[in-house]
Amino acid sequence: MNAPDTQTQNLASYNFAYLDEQTKRMIRRAILKGIAIPGYQVPFASREMPMPYGWGTGGVQVTAAIIGRDDVLKVIDQGADDTTNAVSIRAFFAKTAGVATTTSTPDASIIQTRHRIPETPLHAGQVLVYQVPIPEPLRFLEPRETETRKMHALEEYGLMHVKLYEDIARNGRIATTYAYPVKVEGRYVMDPSPTPKFDNPKMHQSEALQLFGAGREKRIYAIPPHTDVVSLDFEDHPFEIQHFDQPCALCGGEQVYLDEVVLDDHGGRMFVCSDTHHCESRRADGHRGALLGDEPGQDKEAMA
Amino acid sequence: MTMAPHSSTVYEGGFSDPVGASQAVFRALMNAIARPGSIHAVPHVTTPPAPLMASASALIATLADADTPVWLDPALTKTAAVRDWIVFHTGAPVTDQRSEASFALVAAPQNLSALNGFALGSQEFPDRSTSVILQVSTLTGGTRLTLEGPGIKGQSSLAPDPMPQHFAAQWMANRAVFPRGIDLILAAPGSVAAMPRSTRLIRSEA
Ligand SMILES: [Zn+2]
Repeated sequence: MNAPDTQTQNLASYNFAYLDEQTKRMIRRAILKGIAIPGYQVPFASREMPMPYGWGTGGVQVTAAIIGRDDVLKVIDQGADDTTNAVSIRAFFAKTAGVATTTSTPDASIIQTRHRIPETPLHAGQVLVYQVPIPEPLRFLEPRETETRKMHALEEYGLMHVKLYEDIARNGRIATTYAYPVKVEGRYVMDPSPTPKFDNPKMHQSEALQLFGAGREKRIYAIPPHTDVVSLDFEDHPFEIQHFDQPCALCGGEQVYLDEVVLDDHGGRMFVCSDTHHCESRRADGHRGALLGDEPGQDKEAMA
Repeated sequence: MTMAPHSSTVYEGGFSDPVGASQAVFRALMNAIARPGSIHAVPHVTTPPAPLMASASALIATLADADTPVWLDPALTKTAAVRDWIVFHTGAPVTDQRSEASFALVAAPQNLSALNGFALGSQEFPDRSTSVILQVSTLTGGTRLTLEGPGIKGQSSLAPDPMPQHFAAQWMANRAVFPRGIDLILAAPGSVAAMPRSTRLIRSEA
């Protein structure tokens, strides 16, 4: 009859966290199998979500299946809390599940991520949910699902090693810098999602539970806490993470992953933390990078 | 309106808040499987007919539906009440074939002679396996099991009772077929713990 009524009806028609209970049950069962078989890709019946596939529908479905009213949700995209993708996923769960959201890594109980693992070490009780575009680490070697499944079943990972070694022959080192394959608990070769290989060591023996959702490819996989995650390498060419020559220009942070930011059209550029919360909390603690100067309070101007 | 006492038990005792209750029960179970040996509280959200335990019934109501056949041990099939309660509240078909079960509910673990009659999954689809829910009276008062594996920092321990005969040998056999195998869920009064197939049993001592 009138606008308020319609609105009430629309609100009432939401399922908690959007998904219906039957879908959540199916996803929950897949998550439990994934945790029980670390690194193994569990097929699941991915649902249509009110966002495009590139926007992390797999991660969103995993989060929707586990989230409860008391959870505090953080969403990052390339390390940042404020990209369109991160903001819209946060808004989606604030609306459909009524949960609190945060940008603080330690305050979050669930962190959904695309492309990064936070710099702040995760703690027990946290769940890190990855948005995965291509879950199959062997896909570029073998397009047929039936064949890659067989390779995983038989632990036939020789081709994967050959490919990495060819990389060394061509480049003098392993050139893969994103989605660098890992072996989980000595058994399954797994795609860590398109995180930089800089983040691979953070997956190893993490305090947090790590869940991976691939919406388009309909796969869920998991790494329990305190699980061995080893980046593939060779005795003569051990795995190495990226190194940055300079600290973060804003917070002076070292041993963190940096993004290059173009400052002007005369070639001016700076390197800053990709993890925006980490950078902000360091600055709040008084750390100052080269471009911020020494005086407290300057950072607001510099950021403006 | 008159109903047999049996029937009224069957139709009562489901989730009063299905969305919130199943989420809370699921998170307790997810944490239990992610950290084998750790014990997690299960909220009292269901009231099933005896001898099905509230925690075990909450787990099955959270996990099972028309897509997941459930197997019941003889202790649960003495009367039709438990079977009917599960069918009514979950829609899951009850099967008498262990190898077809997505879930198995066991009220008398001490009488369970073999774990390997359940579905173990295939080498290519190890997830197509049975999750076995054992009802136990305690997670701390029985024979002490020392555990290692994914989800465990160093070692953890559990002391569930009652447990299947020759459990250590049975679990070793289950571990030997990894990534195939069953996952074990231990439902005690008000709490849950788990031993997924990845868990290694290091010691078993009274
Ligand atoms: Zn910084």
